[in-house]
Amino acid sequence: MPACCSSIQGEIMQRTRTVAILAAVAAAFALGSAQAQVKIGLILPMTGQQASTGKQISAAARLYMQQHGDTVAGKKIELIVKDDGAVPDNTKRIAQELIVNDKVNFIAGFGVTPAALAAAPLATQSKVPLIVMAAGTSIITERSPYIARTSFTLAQSSTIVADWAAKDGIKKVVTLVSDYAPGADAQKSFTEAFAKAGGQVLAELKVPLAAPDFAPFLQRARDASPDAIFIFVPSGQGGTFMKQYAERGLDKAGIRVIGPGDVTDDDLLPNMGDAVLGTVTVHHYSAAHPSPMNKAFVAAFENANKFRPNFMAVGGYDGMHLIYEALKKTSGGTDGDALIGAMKGMKWESPRGPMSIDPETRDVIHNEYVRKVEKVGGQLYNVEFATFEAVKDPVKAQKK
Amino acid sequence: MSASPPGVLAAALAERLGQRARWRPIEIAFWVAAVASVFLLPGKHIILAEIAILALFALSLDLILGYAGIISLGHAAFFGFGAYCAGLFAKHHLINEPVLALGAAGLAAAALGFVTSFLVLRGSDLTRLMVTLGVALMLREIANRFDELTGGADGLQGVGIAPVLGSFAFDITGHVAYVYALAVLAILLVLARRLVHSPFGLSLRSVKGNALRASAIGIPVNARLVAIYTVAAAYAGIAGALLTQTTAFCSLDVFSFERSADLLLVLIIGGTGYLYGGLIGAVIFKLMQDWLATMTPQYWQFWIGLLLVAIVLVGRERMSRWLDAARGLVRLR
Repeated sequence: MPACCSSIQGEIMQRTRTVAILAAVAAAFALGSAQAQVKIGLILPMTGQQASTGKQISAAARLYMQQHGDTVAGKKIELIVKDDGAVPDNTKRIAQELIVNDKVNFIAGFGVTPAALAAAPLATQSKVPLIVMAAGTSIITERSPYIARTSFTLAQSSTIVADWAAKDGIKKVVTLVSDYAPGADAQKSFTEAFAKAGGQVLAELKVPLAAPDFAPFLQRARDASPDAIFIFVPSGQGGTFMKQYAERGLDKAGIRVIGPGDVTDDDLLPNMGDAVLGTVTVHHYSAAHPSPMNKAFVAAFENANKFRPNFMAVGGYDGMHLIYEALKKTSGGTDGDALIGAMKGMKWESPRGPMSIDPETRDVIHNEYVRKVEKVGGQLYNVEFATFEAVKDPVKAQKK
Repeated sequence: MSASPPGVLAAALAERLGQRARWRPIEIAFWVAAVASVFLLPGKHIILAEIAILALFALSLDLILGYAGIISLGHAAFFGFGAYCAGLFAKHHLINEPVLALGAAGLAAAALGFVTSFLVLRGSDLTRLMVTLGVALMLREIANRFDELTGGADGLQGVGIAPVLGSFAFDITGHVAYVYALAVLAILLVLARRLVHSPFGLSLRSVKGNALRASAIGIPVNARLVAIYTVAAAYAGIAGALLTQTTAFCSLDVFSFERSADLLLVLIIGGTGYLYGGLIGAVIFKLMQDWLATMTPQYWQFWIGLLLVAIVLVGRERMSRWLDAARGLVRLR
């Protein structure tokens, strides 16, 4: 046993030396080729339950590159799309391989919070900027100084839902959220803000993240006879929820649906059926947002993909914009610190409306819109009717 | 003048066992290739480390499936248990040194294996499938429920792994991870070899062949099954702990049904009952998966399904017959 261990030890040491030389040679080569190219590793759930997120973001990123060209500041942009199936173990390995082997200059995407959290330490270690295009838990951007976000946080919309609901005469609410970090964020933000506004939360229910069956939870919610159900499910699960909501007759019992806009996701909304009419949600993006920029974006997206862009697509589109603009600022330089520095405080007009990156937290600041599901031209849409401007993440604001 | 008949028999038996246990050239070639990969493929160490871990996990299932005939659809229970043990040891600084933590996680998984082995003793293959599957599902839900300890669906956060043996820190390139995983795999394979070529291993084979006859010739069937199940659980736990240590992360996915099912696929590809099936299967399965997922990130699962159906339809026996035929041709020349 000792003999074998010492031989392994020797082997490791000898090998480490060889590898160090090899790595130096590889780095020299990489430096030579990196001058002309910028690589973006896009890690997304292309398969499994969250596949719609991957489909939306990859389509949006490609659309952005098609519209804005694949060369920025003299550098050719190369997009490498990888599937992690929303499993954080996979995300971490793929991110590591992209950074070490493919020498990517950005890692981006991240369909769910656990995936983003798993990759965060790698961003710090390698100083490769990590752009969160989908995940929405507040803590993510605090996990590494190299993370910037173009998606949203659950707390941004949940607090506003609470204020709006209290003003609209909703007094008793049952909350129903997916049992993971963003669900907890949404539930906590809503409950605190709703209590402050004088409302009452009758029950806080949590459904498993994977393969949820909402029926028993909906029954419990119905038994509590609230005025409304506050619901958060990740993008892609809203259809199942609304179907079971209608099947259980909660719409007929006069129990309304309120929540962040994830549940009436534009990707699935057209097929949700009329039970969803009148659902009021708060979110940063609707495909029906009436700006000329958004109209052009939706038209181009639908033309290229045969489906409607949702808030995930706009997160991907803006993420690419952030990367492009940061590269312009650094004149094509790929130093991680310089790139993140360039991203801080950046402002632009997005299909979602005006947005910026908070210079202190690197988190997203954008408008939140209160919307109601209505039929426009025979199709279901989230129609915006009130705007809260330049909303920062309330969880981080509270910590100060 | 001559030894008594029983003595002759014992000597002949010992010689037979010795012959079976001898290292064959192809085995040595396998390990030469594995060591060579450390030096020749420095850019592939991240995925190679994952392959080595899957190989160890498959070896664990082979011990019970290939040698004792116990089929399991929930082997991820032990893998996941070991993974969370290693993660918690490191996170709360209970055991910092990775090799020690690895051993401790293996022991913990063995204890779990020992306890659950009594469930597996009952019933036929179908019952065993259900029982093992149930144990894995239960553990997954327990880990999900106690999210203050395990992080729930968000995964175990903030795991920092100390350097191996106090001097080799895990790096982002995966070099240390691969050498570490490969070394553990090699050591545990040598131990498994000794185990299956011992009289204990032979008695397992007779239990697999016919449990009734085995007990008729005096083999304590249940005790043998409990023992091998416990050992296999320890192996799986060590594989899980290796995954946590090499990635500094652990999520509920370690208990997932897909992980147990993939493991059976690995053994179907590689074959059971000769220890290397899991190793070869792991190499083929992972490389195939990686290659297909790079080619087509959206539809790779379709192609992997198709390839698996093709492999099963053609049959491994037929493939190895083709190989033998090819070898024969080479020899003729």
